[in-house]
Amino acid sequence: MIVTKQKPMAEILKYLKGHEGVFLVGCGACAEASCTGGEEDCRKMTEALRKEGLNILGYAVVEETCHMLLSQRVLREHWREVEGSEALLVLACGAGVQAIASFSQKPVYPALNTSFLGTVLRAGNFTEFCSMCGECLLGKTAGVCPVTQCPKGMLNGPCGGVDKGMCEILPGRACAWVQIYERAKEWGKLESLKILLAPKDYSVRTRPEILVIEPRRQ
Amino acid sequence: MKSLSGALGSGEFVITTEITPPKGTDTAGIKEKARLLKGKVHAANVTDNQRAVMRLSSLAGSILILQEGLEPVFQLTCRDRNRIAIQSDLLGAWALGIRNILALTGDHVRSGDHQEAKPVFDLDAAQLVKVISTLNEGSDMKGNALSGKTNFFLGAAVNPGAEPQEVQLLSFQKKLSAGAKFFQSQVVFEPSRLKIFVEEAKKHNAFVIGGIMLLKSSKMARFVNEKIPGVLVPPAIIEEMDKANDPVRQGVEIAARLVRELKGIAHGVHIMTMEKEELLPEILSKAGV
Repeated sequence: MIVTKQKPMAEILKYLKGHEGVFLVGCGACAEASCTGGEEDCRKMTEALRKEGLNILGYAVVEETCHMLLSQRVLREHWREVEGSEALLVLACGAGVQAIASFSQKPVYPALNTSFLGTVLRAGNFTEFCSMCGECLLGKTAGVCPVTQCPKGMLNGPCGGVDKGMCEILPGRACAWVQIYERAKEWGKLESLKILLAPKDYSVRTRPEILVIEPRRQ
Repeated sequence: MKSLSGALGSGEFVITTEITPPKGTDTAGIKEKARLLKGKVHAANVTDNQRAVMRLSSLAGSILILQEGLEPVFQLTCRDRNRIAIQSDLLGAWALGIRNILALTGDHVRSGDHQEAKPVFDLDAAQLVKVISTLNEGSDMKGNALSGKTNFFLGAAVNPGAEPQEVQLLSFQKKLSAGAKFFQSQVVFEPSRLKIFVEEAKKHNAFVIGGIMLLKSSKMARFVNEKIPGVLVPPAIIEEMDKANDPVRQGVEIAARLVRELKGIAHGVHIMTMEKEELLPEILSKAGV
């Protein structure tokens, strides 16, 4: 899931300043799980903004804001509040904000920063395992991603900064290559680590990506 | 004095040291250091924005010391350039007369004075070694022919103190297979830690130069233990520094001792004089080299 963090209130207030009437849009998928854009978060944001003297006309939580048709449908259902507002504040990831901005006739502002693709270790505890590079190397690195787990993205073993198995940049975190080595040892795959991995092919990941497929019929 | 590759090739015990380019355009200091070191060392490394602190470029610094008659080892990191810029700088360096390269991944931008910078790391050090081998063979990394190839004496780094050592060996072996001909090690206070790397290098006819740091105070020794990953100043050495009336003199004694010990293990020493270049001849004469 996409992990988001709330922006500082000062930044949000700066966006909304001068807009008479604001409508909030939350996201019931990832932002809900990040505790940044669910029902409760929208309610808290409404309270906080009202305390600052803003006129909040209400909020709606879309099941998935990044699903443009869903977002359009929900905002149509709330057309009265949307009509009456001068701006929308979206409590969702960047994909959600842009889905709404693409059809909104009112200015749209983000309430969150989009942080990373998170693996959920347990409720409220997320970690970044994958950075969506478009060319998965996990089959060559014992299921630990050095592109993501190593701050330098080292593909061929650790740098000289590994200290007693720990990363010099990330306090308290094990070196990605120590993790890879230990896992490969456990799996009896140490030999496979000796192959020099070629530089990554960034042409497979030219932004912005587009994918069009024939959806499965239900 | 022989060139670095010439000296290593003929079995001489080599001496290298390190020069940090200025933060700014005043080149008087770097030129003066070059003149002071000329004839006393086989080559001097010119650091590439070391610890990710922005300074005059290592390419320009290498040219400056070359103009003063001191052979440079051009340090090149992957932190700030993509593969196009790296190859381009390498061609430029060769064309301008630089012959030795130390291929490094580079310290992370988080260590430095521009922590908001985008870390590039398009290549890692082992891949960079491979790229330089390819340029030496006459083509770029995509296989396009070069009009005029390079013939760099190709070096890389190793940290013999980094634990676990078997994982460090993985990077080392990849750099060897990719064509590294010499290694300069991170500072080592227990020279025996280098042995396994020297043995591996010999299988590939490559050389290992051991890193030595001149300690100037016990405070500095403690700082090294706290701040430099994978480097350990043993308690006995810290005690020696603590007891010394003149810590710098004691530092010279310790450095000379380490040079002597490394002489039996490695193919040379890389001495970091910590802005005390003038003490280098004394370290060497006390060590008997």
